[in-house]
Amino acid sequence: MSGNKVIKNLKSFSTAAERFEGSHVLCPGCAHSIIVREILNATNDNLVVSASTGCLEVCTAIYPHTSWDCSWIHIGFENSSTAVAGAEAMNKALRKKGRIGSDVPEPKFVAFGGDGATFDIGFQWLSGCFERGHDMMYVCLDNEVYANTGGQRSSATPIGASATTSPAGSTSYGEKQNKKDIIQIMAAHGSPYVAQVAPNKWKDMIKKIHRGFDTKGPVYINAMSACTTEWKFAPHETIEVSDLATDSLVFPLYEIIDGTELNITYRPKNIVPVRDYLGAQPRFKHLFKPEYEYLIKEWQERVDAYWEYLQRREEARV
Amino acid sequence: MSKSIKDMGWDELVQGAALFSFEGEVDYEMSQVQPEDRDYAETNSRNAYVGDWRVEKPVFNKDFCIDCQFCWIYCPDTSIIARDKKMIGVDMDHCKGCGICVEVCPTNPKSLLMFNENTDNEEALTQWPEKSEEKGE
Ligand SMILES: Cc1ncc(C[n+]2csc(CCOP(=O)(O)OP(=O)(O)O)c2C)c(N)n1
Ligand code: SF4
Ligand code: SF4
Ligand code: SF4
Ligand SMILES: [Mg+2]
Repeated sequence: MSGNKVIKNLKSFSTAAERFEGSHVLCPGCAHSIIVREILNATNDNLVVSASTGCLEVCTAIYPHTSWDCSWIHIGFENSSTAVAGAEAMNKALRKKGRIGSDVPEPKFVAFGGDGATFDIGFQWLSGCFERGHDMMYVCLDNEVYANTGGQRSSATPIGASATTSPAGSTSYGEKQNKKDIIQIMAAHGSPYVAQVAPNKWKDMIKKIHRGFDTKGPVYINAMSACTTEWKFAPHETIEVSDLATDSLVFPLYEIIDGTELNITYRPKNIVPVRDYLGAQPRFKHLFKPEYEYLIKEWQERVDAYWEYLQRREEARV
Repeated sequence: MSKSIKDMGWDELVQGAALFSFEGEVDYEMSQVQPEDRDYAETNSRNAYVGDWRVEKPVFNKDFCIDCQFCWIYCPDTSIIARDKKMIGVDMDHCKGCGICVEVCPTNPKSLLMFNENTDNEEALTQWPEKSEEKGE
């Protein structure tokens, strides 16, 4: 029964035997655990998982409890990538030496890191893993902020968001730097498969996770993770806000195969204005003051331009 | 180490701690065995309780449920119990009362609604709203 789980629809998906347990201490409504459940439930294979320091790691391994029904390791903030790469290399070596028999099924190797761990502090470790070509899947839980330490800005924080180290106030509209384009950066490593996913679009997400599991070599998945605490919306609104993110194209869903072949995988029937996405999250509420209206206009222009760019890349196949 | 992990204080832990998810050796395929048939260790968070985080709780009314499983996939706390493609209830030990399941439930009236934590479930069912004229989803 190894390999990807056959998932025809949500009903068949729901027969999955869960491997991520409740009574972790992530906030009510946290998207991190929705993402983790979707990924773990998508495969029947045994799993070797690592997590970087951050909300997911801290909240799922509170002594003396673990929420993981699979092999799981945590070392530091910066190195969930190398922890799992090491396990992957060891698995290969032990099989070569015959110390793990060929009758033992191959597990899948998955590393989770937040955007702080991925875009900033663990970046060189991640880059090294991709350059060496480990057979693993790296999943960034992108909530655009250092959530676990109270909401400092990261290089994933978008322009105009108020974070504790880039607060909006009488003289500032919050974060000034544009978000780092990590997906293109990971594709430029020559990764065989890179994709952006969102848990609200579960079908698209599962398709990409399955492709990721089937791909040999280092796979990068950027998972949008709406954070009720730092984006400051109510816990029951997680899926609603996620829908606004994908349908406004602030988080476009696409994949890049072998560094060049770009496919857009979700085209919203009704594209919603970026203004609606921003308006749903109090981290952007100051942008609605008259003096900052121009920033909302610029936001829309940036999103439009990027969507245009993705479509051109898709067409050109380069 | 002679002491069991649950008797150790945080200051007695050695650097690098291992927490066990299950009792003894796991000689079955985890993805093929439902939680009720697994032998969980005391150190599995499944044995912990977060029900007291709730202010409001979701109440399930199976009369309107179409088993679409939206609530199952989007629950962040593994608290919607689905077996054989049917939604069979909420795990109140692990549900934190976020309300996502209610938000995503597409039926009209909804098959899940939030009630004050102290409301009796039978009582809640008698207060269920009628089908509303506004479009469902
Ligand atoms: C080397 C190092 N620097 C800083 C920290 C403190 N720290 C722990 S979690 C965290 C924030 C994590 O942010 P992110 O990676 O985005 O994950 P999130 O909590 O947002 O999911 C920080 C700064 C640390 N543990 N190790
Ligand atoms: S702060 Fe955000 S990412 Fe962290 S547990 Fe809470 S909702 Fe999840
Ligand atoms: S209220 Fe939240 S935690 Fe409880 S069952 Fe619904 S989605 Fe899950
Ligand atoms: S979302 Fe509503 S209709 Fe669908 S399975 Fe859950 S309770 Fe039933
Ligand atoms: Mg983060």
